[in-house]
Amino acid sequence: MSEKRRLMKGNEAIGEAAIRAGCRFYAGYPITPQNELTEYMAGHMPEAGGTFVQAESEVAAINMIYGAAAAAARAMTSSSGPGISLKQEGISYMCGSELPCFYANIVRGGPGLGNIAPAQSDYFQATRGGGHGDYRVIVLAPSTGQELVDLTMLGFDLADKYRNPAMILGDGILGQMMEPVVLREPKQYDAATKKDWALGNSGGRDRHMITSVRLAPGTLETHNLHLMEKYNKIEEEEVRYELTACEDADVVLVAYGTAARVAKSAVSMAREANEIKLGLIRPLTLWPFPGKVVNEIGRDKQHVLVVEMSLGQMYDDVLLSICGEAQVSLLGHTGGGLPTEREIIETAKKAKGSGKPVKVFPGPSV
Amino acid sequence: MPEVKVNKERCKGCELCIMYCPKGSLKMSEGFNAKGYHYPEFCDADECTGCTLCGRICPEVALEIYK
Amino acid sequence: MKKVFGKPESLSDKPFTYCPGCGHSIIHRLTAEVIDELDIQPRCIGIASVGCSVFADDYFKFDFIQAAHGRAPAVATGIKRVQPECVVFTHQGDGDLASIGCAEMIYSANRGESITILFVNNGIYGMTGGQMAPTTLIGMKTTTSPLGRQAEGAGYPLKVCELLSGLKGVAYLERTAVNSPQNVIKTRKAIKRAFQYQLEGLGFTLVEMVSQCPTGWGKSPKDAVQWLDQEMNEYFPLGVYKDIKAEEPQGVAK
Repeated sequence: MSEKRRLMKGNEAIGEAAIRAGCRFYAGYPITPQNELTEYMAGHMPEAGGTFVQAESEVAAINMIYGAAAAAARAMTSSSGPGISLKQEGISYMCGSELPCFYANIVRGGPGLGNIAPAQSDYFQATRGGGHGDYRVIVLAPSTGQELVDLTMLGFDLADKYRNPAMILGDGILGQMMEPVVLREPKQYDAATKKDWALGNSGGRDRHMITSVRLAPGTLETHNLHLMEKYNKIEEEEVRYELTACEDADVVLVAYGTAARVAKSAVSMAREANEIKLGLIRPLTLWPFPGKVVNEIGRDKQHVLVVEMSLGQMYDDVLLSICGEAQVSLLGHTGGGLPTEREIIETAKKAKGSGKPVKVFPGPSV
Repeated sequence: MPEVKVNKERCKGCELCIMYCPKGSLKMSEGFNAKGYHYPEFCDADECTGCTLCGRICPEVALEIYK
Repeated sequence: MKKVFGKPESLSDKPFTYCPGCGHSIIHRLTAEVIDELDIQPRCIGIASVGCSVFADDYFKFDFIQAAHGRAPAVATGIKRVQPECVVFTHQGDGDLASIGCAEMIYSANRGESITILFVNNGIYGMTGGQMAPTTLIGMKTTTSPLGRQAEGAGYPLKVCELLSGLKGVAYLERTAVNSPQNVIKTRKAIKRAFQYQLEGLGFTLVEMVSQCPTGWGKSPKDAVQWLDQEMNEYFPLGVYKDIKAEEPQGVAK
């Protein structure tokens, strides 16, 4: 399986990348718009010598992952917003127990049952923990088919490196679109030699206990401070982002995923037509958030426009990063709506022209 | 002669061993252990047959039986 | 003189923190006795659940993992599928297994996962202070059935062995009790058979152990063990509910 270029549906690209990253246990439950990923794993995981289980629920699936990860496997699950909501307890347990795993949220419109159109309204769920307790999940934000592949493979490595869950925050468009991708050589991954904390045959060693419960006074606080040190390290070393045309920009866009594809288009369109000089900061990690670069460029250019498919969730992180030192505006679509280049360009002009931040929600175009 | 050794500090005074001993070889002590429970004392060594029923019902693994 | 009864090797030395007369620790001791007898200690992986069962991991000398409430059978599935040579068992109470964990219980049995569930049925939620459990008897007073459980509104007590006995993935189901030495001896045999069937790869095994909860029932240990015989065992009859070996005709090739 040498490097080759293939036209793949996003959901399937994630699956193939996971298998090449050494994933050998997948448990999931059907939910649109990610079913092709579950189905791909059903077909390909056994061929790769791994295990596929269609679990009885998303709750059961995350708990199977918990067990498989504890037993040293590279384990994965996937879902969309409502299913990720169900998994929150399990994810919290994995963070508290310091277990690695990888999961994908192919985000659909919410809240509630919502619809099956793409959205970015699970940003809070992903980056604010989502579940209970003091913890963080590494959140990766692809915006192309190739990045679905690359960030999936990176996600498994980061999860193992830090003994923490890592996830891809995708959306319905990324999951469904077909793009050419280059698939990397399968990873020669030998779990047993690398995970000296895992469950298994305890002969000849001290027994291992995987748990997130620490009842003796002070022990949970001590443990959580250790988790915080880990999270601090991740914040120092694992931030990733891409900059486009920021050096001379009049307004700097901040967008990720599918919204960033439209934003990139808007940057070129506006410059070609000499309408306005736009730049783009595209986070590839949403946690850890590239707050430092957003702050530096924001302060320098003074006009920032967040473009997201939500009522304003990453917007909060941009505000926190800018800390009042620049004007931060928002263009949002929700419930499956998508921004257009024209909307971005007009809102950027409006934001630059007005003396204060603007919040624009164009609503459905129909 | 079979013997029951009582680890009195593990005992919580549930008295199930005494209830189920078919020979009356165990009786609750007058004194208390560190937790404040009365505990069984092996008192009638002549009668004990080493049946181990006391050990089997003891929830605290406080009894060892020798034969 | 030699020792004919004492602490099994696989059980740790830590004194139990359960209430006086509780059945949990009897079951832990029996589990360790069986593991010693089958000589499988290093291969064992235990799964502690939520309830009084959360303490289970303190008492054994092999690998253990803590599972979220109700999810132990799913966690066991993940572990066993990845490390099939390990002997994987859960230790669960009635709320953990049959209330919040009902789907995981049924599906792990239905899939025929090669795991063993040790199910402690004491008809009450002990750890959280004495609320009604799926197996609380009709008329039994608990903190959430203060007038006594009524079928209208709360439904009937769930019979787990009966419920699972129709599933093809199940290899062995037995209901025993731990309220008397005789019942304890039978429970040990049942746990041993359940582990043996797992070792033989025959499918899902579960031992339901009706257990006294003196604190939850508001009785002394001596009264509690007698009440168990009179009331609990009346509703939850002891016996084997499924045995895959008993069902197969002799001499049939696999």
